[in-house]
Amino acid sequence: MNWNSRVWVAIFAVVALVGLLALGINQKASAAGEGKITGTVKLDGAAPHMRGIDMSKDPFCSKAHATDPAHSENVVVGSGGGLENVVLYISEGLSASALSAKPTQIPVFDQKGCMYTPHVLAMDVGQDFKVETSDQTAHNIHPEPNPLTGNIPWNQSQPPGAAPVTKSWKAPEMIHVKCNIHPWMSGWFAVVKGPYATTDDNGSYTIQNVPPGNYTVTAWQETLGTQTQKVTVAAGGAAKADFTFKAK
Amino acid sequence: MQTKLLKCSLLMGVVVALCLSSASYAQLTTYQQQDWLNSPAATSHIGNITGNAKAAALPYRRFCVGCHGPLGDGNGENAVWMPPPMYQKPRDFQLAIFKCRSTPTGTLPTDQDLFDAITRGFDRSNMPSWNPLTRQERADLVAWIKHFSPRWQNEKPGTPIQIPAEPEITPERVKAGQEVFRKMECWKCHGVQGMANGPSASTLADDLSAPIAPFNFTDGSRPKCGDTDQDIYRIFMTGLDGTPMPSFADNIKPEEAWDLVFYLRSLQPHNAFNAKERQIANQLGLKPVNPNAPAQ
Repeated sequence: MNWNSRVWVAIFAVVALVGLLALGINQKASAAGEGKITGTVKLDGAAPHMRGIDMSKDPFCSKAHATDPAHSENVVVGSGGGLENVVLYISEGLSASALSAKPTQIPVFDQKGCMYTPHVLAMDVGQDFKVETSDQTAHNIHPEPNPLTGNIPWNQSQPPGAAPVTKSWKAPEMIHVKCNIHPWMSGWFAVVKGPYATTDDNGSYTIQNVPPGNYTVTAWQETLGTQTQKVTVAAGGAAKADFTFKAK
Repeated sequence: MQTKLLKCSLLMGVVVALCLSSASYAQLTTYQQQDWLNSPAATSHIGNITGNAKAAALPYRRFCVGCHGPLGDGNGENAVWMPPPMYQKPRDFQLAIFKCRSTPTGTLPTDQDLFDAITRGFDRSNMPSWNPLTRQERADLVAWIKHFSPRWQNEKPGTPIQIPAEPEITPERVKAGQEVFRKMECWKCHGVQGMANGPSASTLADDLSAPIAPFNFTDGSRPKCGDTDQDIYRIFMTGLDGTPMPSFADNIKPEEAWDLVFYLRSLQPHNAFNAKERQIANQLGLKPVNPNAPAQ
């Protein structure tokens, strides 16, 4: 290698370094311009009857619902036909960097009055979540993923006063959760890739931290299935996507 | 002539249908990971014995395929004759969820765990003890079982739980064990006397939604995952994956765990292991736990 070519290599290295730095700064800038996707999810038709739950087998549980009887929560409809517990996530269009960004907050799944609160807990792949118990009766927390997805089922006891269990999942999957001791207990871990949101009791939602771009938004409801919509998010803007599920 | 033609076309139709069905059958054999079978990973290690998966292809056909099936999914031709809750479906090696592990809940078992299960068989099931096979043959079968599931290529077995040395049995320990039984609410399924008649017993289902009964300590049954004190310790600390029995590893300290083993022993009818526990429980005049008693 002669002197001349060495100079060229050095110049190339400097240019490459500056380029990479600029790219990094550019990405930060785009992070500041993140937008959001909002909307409401409604049920079209009469709300299905939610079966009452007989908790008489466990005195603690039945006492907890002495004045407010518990009902199955497969389809929860709020005022104005808003659907609660619908998970919204971006199924197409996210860049690799947006997919790899992991939220730092730790969502909590509580066992309260022998029911799951929330009924559906959404989370990102690889995001830590916590399972707690507020009950003075023993539960076992038993998620049922398909082990061939990479999510492995486990089964842990949580007697009264037990410390929270912190876990995460490896692959996107809608995972049913049950308690064998209280067979009526039924909940979901909705594991998705990228930003997500869950509808509140009015059926409204907001997916935060969405970089500008064209996306497909998917709405998932445990018994009514999935629906998709295409949206465009402008830098710092808010895209709207409303969904309506037909009552079965 | 026409009937002959009809017969001929019928026969052809049957042949075509058979070909089609066998073609779709061939598509289902995703487990046949030939590359893996030829790799050094297709082995098991039991002490100083190395099991070789390919060596077990024929023994598996001879001894296991009737129940576990050619695909290892537990759908062998005998499987339909094992209705729950009396029997559980033969193990599905594709899912690789195993009851008897020395490893934490949600992890793969060790080679030794699988070897022990084959050797021991399962009490109250159609799985006999395969102790009559040589150690080498059983080790080969362990390696073969692992080729049915991609999990053995993507995951490592869990780290076996630590079991401290067994302390001496004392009346205090048996009593403390009963308190663990009450606090952990083992009685919710196993019943206050260990008679498998707790309030939740009748609604239990395994991961395939088939009804399943909790272990009855009082009828002379042997625990499915082994009969020694260490086995019982392991059962409640790792949980039996695929069944309602959870892991108590986060909630029972190692010291308390031995207390619970001693108390559980005292619930069993007289056997080779529990003379002292029964004697102590008798002397103490232990009554069944009271689920409604306030915490002590």
